[in-house]
Amino acid sequence: MIKINIDQERCKGCRLCVIVCPKDIIIMSEHLNSAGYHPAIKIEEKEKDCIACGKCYQMCPEVAIEINKE
Amino acid sequence: MKKLFSYPDSLKKARFSYCPGCGHGIVHRLLAEVIDEFKIREKTIGIAPVGCAVFAYHYWNFDVTEAAHGRPPAVATGIKRVLPDRIVFTYQGDGDLASIGAAEILHAANRGENITVIFINNAIYGMTGGQMAPTTLIGQKTWTSPGGRKAELSGYPMKISEALGQLDGVHYIERVAVNNPENVLKAKKAIKKAFKNQIANKGFSLVEVLSMCPVGWAVTSVEALRWIEEKLIPVYPLGVIRDKSKST
Ligand SMILES: Cc1ncc(C[n+]2csc(CCOP(=O)(O)OP(=O)(O)O)c2C)c(N)n1
Ligand code: SF4
Ligand code: SF4
Ligand code: SF4
Repeated sequence: MIKINIDQERCKGCRLCVIVCPKDIIIMSEHLNSAGYHPAIKIEEKEKDCIACGKCYQMCPEVAIEINKE
Repeated sequence: MKKLFSYPDSLKKARFSYCPGCGHGIVHRLLAEVIDEFKIREKTIGIAPVGCAVFAYHYWNFDVTEAAHGRPPAVATGIKRVLPDRIVFTYQGDGDLASIGAAEILHAANRGENITVIFINNAIYGMTGGQMAPTTLIGQKTWTSPGGRKAELSGYPMKISEALGQLDGVHYIERVAVNNPENVLKAKKAIKKAFKNQIANKGFSLVEVLSMCPVGWAVTSVEALRWIEEKLIPVYPLGVIRDKSKST
């Protein structure tokens, strides 16, 4: 199973991962991190749709995303 | 657990000081991945610029020194000549490389120094708050061209990679962009080639990266991706500008 991990403290809420994900798995959250940004989060129920294409990882300017296989 | 896409060893865990959506972070990661893949972390020396990337030494997990504005190619020349077994690269913005450091890059390229140059073209002076750079587009509004850049007053967007590509000392120059995942992968390939050339003692290699500066362009992070596609790439076309290994 593919696991998406988005570091809530590194994220600066730029949305680049949201727009490149072909499976619409990532959205912006309502909460704030300690730097005052709304970090990106995965939709838990959609994580199983992830095809591990790595597009979100490639576009993240903060290197906040990791994709692993369990 | 198998890591498919994960944080590279050559990056420290420090958080970047860049604005949201800034291209510098993507290029920092690509460099770190390339250095990991060549297993050269212990013998790499980077030269950080003056500009938004001035703190690059806080982020990369290998030796990095700092040079005065525009002078990284001169510092890299000295380091590489004294320590020829090290892998030496400069990381420079367009203000740093094409304006204040125009002489240093020109002569390092002409001498064919065996170094790698990563040139971040975001068409603006980012760090100082968004003034016109030599690379700024005609009509582009900046704090020092409030009515848009005019050629009569400030000349034309400087295609410095094409100019350097005329020099016989240059081995390889390619222009890439980081505005979509496909281009990011192409950018990594070019950076990898520029390091491989140095490892094989081929001489001077430069990769120009068209990189987002949403704050300087006064657009959102997402709009900045489109800005590169629609505004920057037509003026600064992507692709190989010079490759001696192909011409001989
Ligand atoms: C000798 C000198 N002149 C001017 C400056 C002011 N200065 C600092 S950063 C900068 C512009 C950097 O722009 P660029 O190289 O395009 O990098 P960016 O910040 O856009 O990444 C300038 C002019 C300086 N630090 N030193
Ligand atoms: S790896 Fe691909 S499919 Fe999975 S979350 Fe990232 S962009 Fe979406
Ligand atoms: S691309 Fe990175 S920094 Fe931007 S919203 Fe996504 S996780 Fe956050
Ligand atoms: S000013 Fe531009 S180049 Fe500098 S950190 Fe912000 S977005 Fe990046």
